[in-house]
Amino acid sequence: MAKTLYDKLFDSHVVREENGTALLYIDRHLVHEVTSPQAFEGLKIAGRKLWRISSVLAVPDHNVPTTDRSQGIADPISRLQVETLDQNCVDFGVTEFKMNDKRQGIVHVIGPEQGATLPGMTVVCGDSHTSTHGAFGALAHGIGTSEVEHVMATQCLVQKKSKAMQILVEGELGRGVTAKDVALAVIGRIGTAGGTGYAIEFAGSAIRSLSMEGRMTLCNMAIEAGARAGMVGVDDITINYLKGRPYAPTEAQWDAAVVYWKTLHSDAGASFDAVVELKAEDIQPQVTWGTSPEMVTAINGRVPDPEQESDPTKRGGIERALQYMGLEANTPIEAINIDKVFIGSCTNSRIEDLRAAAMVAKGKRVASNVKLAMVVPGSGLVKAQAEQEGLDRIFLDAGFEWREPGCSMCLAMNADRLEPGERCASTSNRNFEGRQGQGGRTHLVSPEMAAAAAVAGHFVDVRTML
Amino acid sequence: MQAFTQLNGIVAPLDRANVDTDAIIPKQFLKSIKRSGFGPNAFDEWRYLDHGEPGIDNSKRQINPDFVLNKPRYKGASILLTRENFGCGSSREHAPWALLDYGFRAIIAPSYADIFFNNCFKNGILPIILNADVVDGLFQAVEADEGYKLTVDLATQTVNTPDGQSYAFEVDAFRKHCLLNGLDDIGLTLQHVDDIKTFEIKHKAAQPWLFN
Ligand code: SF4
Repeated sequence: MAKTLYDKLFDSHVVREENGTALLYIDRHLVHEVTSPQAFEGLKIAGRKLWRISSVLAVPDHNVPTTDRSQGIADPISRLQVETLDQNCVDFGVTEFKMNDKRQGIVHVIGPEQGATLPGMTVVCGDSHTSTHGAFGALAHGIGTSEVEHVMATQCLVQKKSKAMQILVEGELGRGVTAKDVALAVIGRIGTAGGTGYAIEFAGSAIRSLSMEGRMTLCNMAIEAGARAGMVGVDDITINYLKGRPYAPTEAQWDAAVVYWKTLHSDAGASFDAVVELKAEDIQPQVTWGTSPEMVTAINGRVPDPEQESDPTKRGGIERALQYMGLEANTPIEAINIDKVFIGSCTNSRIEDLRAAAMVAKGKRVASNVKLAMVVPGSGLVKAQAEQEGLDRIFLDAGFEWREPGCSMCLAMNADRLEPGERCASTSNRNFEGRQGQGGRTHLVSPEMAAAAAVAGHFVDVRTML
Repeated sequence: MQAFTQLNGIVAPLDRANVDTDAIIPKQFLKSIKRSGFGPNAFDEWRYLDHGEPGIDNSKRQINPDFVLNKPRYKGASILLTRENFGCGSSREHAPWALLDYGFRAIIAPSYADIFFNNCFKNGILPIILNADVVDGLFQAVEADEGYKLTVDLATQTVNTPDGQSYAFEVDAFRKHCLLNGLDDIGLTLQHVDDIKTFEIKHKAAQPWLFN
């Protein structure tokens, strides 16, 4: 029978199954400082060990400062959390890229960068954006801390099979239209709960022509559509990306792996529980206007009018969002001025994202009404690569700040945050109330659009600047 | 984990859809390395008028009198009634920890985000799905009647109203078993050590590069 990619990945990891609930074997477990301390503590209390130490890779990312790190972390509570991770990794023998290791970075950037995420794997991490790793034809999703502890102790996850959804994007994306815009357009279409209960496979010619960076951006946002896992089938782009990465297999093992990896795509005629189709040509650069990623429109659109919404729950949601965001109904998106710009996060902080933003910023200046425009590379290696290409100079010359890698203002657990009422063009993935700082107002966009907004001082169609 | 069998409790209505985990417990409280003590900061940004940080004395803060959980009539509530897609956003288990620490043992909503839903069961909270019309009716009943209580019975899978109505809900058999008995997943899984080892040997033979 023709199988979906999801079927192949799930079925090949089932240890046992009872009443539709499977024990799923986990190949890779990524760990960061925020969701792991209680899990390690649980193991210690119960006197349990890690089942397979080599499957675990740890990195601090959420709490680390993005400014000078030579003095360590100033906030004592953040520092304790990072030190707790360091100590747990020593106690349990786990490999950790510590804060001052040049391989340190956002967990979802370093996994793929190291080749620690491979096709055919099951990957988990105590973080919802683990869906990112599905870009490699892997089954990857976020888990809670109890499950982190469970995987540590048993190498397995108790899991029910999801339904399968295919999101088909055929055609060619226009200039200045990116994977981020595809992701936001998809969420705009199906809603933030549209993928709940599903594993999403992204397919179609527009997806095939995306780079690995673009595919990661897309799968990263699958969780914002409610799906725990997003994935893309393996092709030559996947394989070429992985060759020579530190954790990737070599020589005969590489050859054997490639043969297997090439089978990791949905079979012709495989059936999905739901199919959503988008035409690539219809997708415009996107900007969110509200407090949920589904509150999104095209750059040439307007802030919606709650009066036009008949469903009372939705109308209430729009009214509340506009009030929080400080926006008037029917305002053109291009008329919205911004205070800050954040280019970074596990969605858009890879080398290609930085190149794209730099291309827009090159030779220009950040507008005078923009108080802060910051670029936070996803990892130390991305940062080094960008500096080698001179991207840091382009940003600095244009008036952007160039920072050390980490989650930073994506969730503002460190010192990088919005003040109440400040409005930000952000390449991150969540525009919830208070996400980037209490009272902060987040508009999600692509790196190109964020750079364009920084230069203009308000949202602007980046296609007019290319 | 605390077992869940039957619960008779005050119902607090949170009339919003898409309540996300950042709202349930803002990120600054995620810096804790403990599992407990999150209750005073559940819904922090809605519940207080001033900004909260870990380590500060919450009893000295400015309460938002308009926020529903601050109304005296919902004091001591153990059942949270809310709308669609509750718990969307991050995978942080701090969200169910905060709700539990606040005193909620059951939630009633038309739908939940997947990871949050799953995390509830691991922490002795029962997330109940009732259809949107029933939830609407419950919102009206709670509003109309101060001190309104519901009885949740996991064994019979019913939510029972004071006027004798009974609403059935679905729950996965395995999760029900664990919740009724307060069972820890890890202990259960470790009963299958041999199966895991057998699988691992086969898996390693087929894809040795996964074990480098
Ligand atoms: S960058 Fe943002 S979304 Fe990604 S892991 Fe860090 S905090 Fe989470």
